[in-house]
Amino acid sequence: MAEAAGVAAEFFASNRARAARAVLDQVVLPGEELLLPEQEDGEGPGGAGERPLRLNAGARSRVRVVCGPGLRRCGDRLLVTKCGRLRHREPGGGGGGVYWVDSQQKRYVPVKGDHVIGIVTAKSGDIFKVDVGGSEPASLSYLAFEGATKRNRPNVQVGDLIYGQFVVANKDMEPEMVCIDSCGRANGMGVIGQDGLLFKVTLGLIRKLLAPDCEILQEVGKLYPLEIVFGMNGRIWVKAKTIQQTLILANILEACEHMTADQRKQIFSRLAES
Amino acid sequence: MAAEHKTKLSKNLLRMKFMQRGLDSETKKQLEEEEKKIISEEHWYLDLPELKEKESFIIEEQSFLLCEDLLYGRMSFRGFNPEVEKLMLQMNAKNKEEVVEDETVELDVSDEEMARRYETLVGTIGKKFAKKRDRANYEEDENGDIKPVKAKKMFLKPQD
Repeated sequence: MAEAAGVAAEFFASNRARAARAVLDQVVLPGEELLLPEQEDGEGPGGAGERPLRLNAGARSRVRVVCGPGLRRCGDRLLVTKCGRLRHREPGGGGGGVYWVDSQQKRYVPVKGDHVIGIVTAKSGDIFKVDVGGSEPASLSYLAFEGATKRNRPNVQVGDLIYGQFVVANKDMEPEMVCIDSCGRANGMGVIGQDGLLFKVTLGLIRKLLAPDCEILQEVGKLYPLEIVFGMNGRIWVKAKTIQQTLILANILEACEHMTADQRKQIFSRLAES
Repeated sequence: MAAEHKTKLSKNLLRMKFMQRGLDSETKKQLEEEEKKIISEEHWYLDLPELKEKESFIIEEQSFLLCEDLLYGRMSFRGFNPEVEKLMLQMNAKNKEEVVEDETVELDVSDEEMARRYETLVGTIGKKFAKKRDRANYEEDENGDIKPVKAKKMFLKPQD
């Protein structure tokens, strides 16, 4: 693969699409077009034998590829819409992989299925208006809680924190959220309890902390008893036994984005001593 | 109590919300399908030739849930909130598709227990509605179970 500068010069000279597989884990810029593996054979001479068996030269094997956040479909290619590193994941079952762009941003855009922390700002008739950090407040019906009926209303006041998920979230409609899953069970969603501290971080940090093998959380969990709720909209709610512990925790989580692993270990060891 | 005939509950009763909570998703789907069948025949439809959609094999998703395996958002450490810790185990096990054996909540009572309770239940409730004279018939067993012991004294017609 040519040097980054060389590639950039080439790119600006002729707007030629690059192969997605060649650019994995590298920085991509908005406006670039990426070719999927199956198309490489047709484009370049003597492709790297992706599909050795070709019954019909014209037909392409239809493997469903998912283009995730930061990518868009443009004909048969992927168009990059955000700058960041291109990632790929092979799926377990059938179908192609998932491609997405790992970018950094602070502003949240509501996405269906995301679990978020919202603040109730208004109560109007049958619905609550919940601020989730997007362009408009989401609406939450009072029936969308576990065991709620018309007679049995949930105990939600203005200013409460709600942990819920989106059922409708697109650019054309007002986002709607609920606090139950499809079976009608709460699964931990609903009003978040008393006390604690809510603060805001970048979206990338939330994903980093919620990764399955996150060391930061494991180390934090060893310090003292605490409870954390992560919202995909960049909000974290923490609670510990004393106010001081809560503040320490909040500071650690905010700062760990910019610390290296060594610095982190130093801080944790200092905390463990005191 | 060998249940040979299950008391058939009416469809309207089954459709009520408090009956739906205990059902699995499968039975729910079946009920929904039955309702749909009734409705679908009355629906109007356009008699047009089918337009074929351009088949594309790229699907657009804006959610990060598909891309990365993220853990459940609520966490509790060192026993601060036991319910959340239980939830953590449940939800993270679901993600990894492990078999969670605690899922089956035992709502059913075993037959023996049922028979035992029913026995005493008949006694206690029966005692409530029995007249003063009949209350003496209900003796207390060693275990504290109430059983009706003596037979009722019936009117004996005098023989000539």
